[in-house]
Amino acid sequence: MPATVKVLERKPLSFAERTYLPQIAAGLKTTIKHLFAPKVTMEYPEQRPEILPGYRGVPTLVMDPHGREKCVSCQLCEFVCPPKAIRITPGEVPADQPERSHVEKAPREFEIDMLRCIYCGLCQEVCPEEAIFLQNVYSTSGYTRASMVNNKQRLYELGGTLPDQHFKWDRKKAAETAGNARH
Amino acid sequence: MTTPAKTDLITVNVDGREIAVPKGTNMIEAAKLLGIDIPHYCYHPKLSVVGNCRMCLVEMGMPAVDPATKQPVTDPATGKQKVNWMPRPTIGCATNASPGLHIRTNTPLVKDCREGVMEFLLVNHPLDCPICDQAGECRLQEQATQYGRGYSRFIEQKNVKPKRTVLGPRVMLDDERCVLCSRCIRFSKDVAKDDVLGFIDRGSYSTLTCFPGRQLENNYSLNTVDICPVGALTSTDFRFKMRVWFLKQTNSIDTESSVGANTIVWSREGVIYRITPRRNDEVNDTWMADSGRLFYKQVRADNRLLAARIDGQVVAHGQALQAASELLKQGGVAIVGSGRASVEEQFLTRRLAESLNAPAAIVARVGQGDGLLISADRNPNTRGALVTGLISSLPSTTLASLARAIDAGSVKTVLTHNEDLLAAGLTPAQLAKVAVVYVGTHDNATAAAARILIPSLTVFEKSGSFVNQQFRLQKFSAAVPAPEGVADDLATLGTLVNAAGGSCPSAGLPALWTALSTEVPVLAGLAYSKIPDTGAALDAAAWAGLHFPEGETLHYKPAKA
Repeated sequence: MPATVKVLERKPLSFAERTYLPQIAAGLKTTIKHLFAPKVTMEYPEQRPEILPGYRGVPTLVMDPHGREKCVSCQLCEFVCPPKAIRITPGEVPADQPERSHVEKAPREFEIDMLRCIYCGLCQEVCPEEAIFLQNVYSTSGYTRASMVNNKQRLYELGGTLPDQHFKWDRKKAAETAGNARH
Repeated sequence: MTTPAKTDLITVNVDGREIAVPKGTNMIEAAKLLGIDIPHYCYHPKLSVVGNCRMCLVEMGMPAVDPATKQPVTDPATGKQKVNWMPRPTIGCATNASPGLHIRTNTPLVKDCREGVMEFLLVNHPLDCPICDQAGECRLQEQATQYGRGYSRFIEQKNVKPKRTVLGPRVMLDDERCVLCSRCIRFSKDVAKDDVLGFIDRGSYSTLTCFPGRQLENNYSLNTVDICPVGALTSTDFRFKMRVWFLKQTNSIDTESSVGANTIVWSREGVIYRITPRRNDEVNDTWMADSGRLFYKQVRADNRLLAARIDGQVVAHGQALQAASELLKQGGVAIVGSGRASVEEQFLTRRLAESLNAPAAIVARVGQGDGLLISADRNPNTRGALVTGLISSLPSTTLASLARAIDAGSVKTVLTHNEDLLAAGLTPAQLAKVAVVYVGTHDNATAAAARILIPSLTVFEKSGSFVNQQFRLQKFSAAVPAPEGVADDLATLGTLVNAAGGSCPSAGLPALWTALSTEVPVLAGLAYSKIPDTGAALDAAAWAGLHFPEGETLHYKPAKA
């Protein structure tokens, strides 16, 4: 079937339209309105947004309020990590640390490759010791691939100390002391 | 191939399904044949039955018989023989199947029993799974998930028991995790014949301990770690090394003696973390010696050979092979094969010896057998050398005829496959008179003196097969990849055979086995892929007249002299 062609007449511009002035005025009105309206953007990076609780930023390792390492290197985060960003070398807590030696196990090395991390938060969810948290650091950069791998020391620097609800291992040690006192 | 002994079969009924089992089978094994799991802790198929964990409680019924007439009582509703169910549950491990036995494993009573037993076991359990090495292969974890009630009603303070107790040089005990199944005690007493373990104290204070002044230090102590259903006994070597769920399992064979215990090699990303026994009822049951579990350390040993060398200078692998081929072509060659090499390698070594018209020998290693799983012959594959025709009589521990030939000047080149010639009785002076081509894995005095050195693979990096003391052909598989730049022994030997003018089937195992099955009579009809995981028994009649050094071990009795 041959295509039918319908010819439309272009409407001639009115006088006001030919001067462009109403359009310029309308545009200026929008511009001037935004000059005086409150700002909706932020002067990043001088200004930083407030990060709300629950935000999933860079995964970090945290200490308990007494500054002790919480991670026991159970490797569940390494197992659950979908992009395999976490790499843990397990180790033993030396017996000469009386405040911690009853925990027996701690990571010798803990690495999170931030080029692999997808910020899913499964590591935080799976952690039985509440030792890994995705906190409020949202921007990381580096000049080499190696510098994008956070090692144990860096992870603790990023993580800092968080309040602890349980003190699981302290309670266990207390129970042990109390139990031994009974016998 | 041997045929299994004929046994009396009786029919039992598990959860409404019937199965014929050999007489004497207990309920747990009978149900397992139907794929029905009866949870248990203390029962172990290779240990005596004690029935102290009570986890395997099931309902049991017997066909009804009229007491007066001894006639079967028929149920009018179904027209079948009526079943009298016992009012209370019975333990599956200590109840043997009898004709017509009925078992129910899925009733509310059984479920209640399991929940109750689990609750009692978890009362004093520390729940320190995050730091427990057993996590991932722990029966307590698995059965708490599958048969437990799911929450705890226990609000009292848990018992405190010693943790990190050293039971012996290789075994650690965490008493809080122990469920008092007594498998380790029974193993030490009945299998290892070293009665060192026992319980002290009563009730929930019961504690596993060594007898005063004793240690769990026999060469089978790590089997207690394997059979411990929970994380109470852990291996000092494997402690806190790696989670088991990351580890890949590869079937292998223990190379420490001609017993050829079946093993599993556990590795992750090319690194081996541990070796455990693999069940083979004809060879090693479920045990292996502690000494064989450390062999994985040779893979990354400091003295591992990783580069080819000519006169001490590192060269490319191909260059060393080329030089070796030319050296061998000059004649006056003697070949020292290995009783630690696989059947396939020994076959190629024989080919090489034939192509070069060179005498071949292997070195015997004789030690003291322990009557259990280490035999007197410390070569894993002496019988493989006999089967493949590399040697025709039993080897000796010294290479006396080679030494005489070197002294007489008839041998100018010695090719040795992973054998230290100095340890085998040659003197440094004799070694200096010949050019040595050393194909081996680790550095030693012979490797240091070798003209040409070609690195090769350990048993964990290659596939092949061994023939053990029972003339049982057993295969092993590569668990980890070869180190960079190190070629498979088969490739090295194959190249040398071809260069010597012999014909070598392409180095792959299937092609090699085509040649093996046609040329070696007792291997006729076999292929590498056809060897079962538990091995294939070979016809040993041709070697019945030889006096092998082995004494009696588990599942092996030497032929009467």
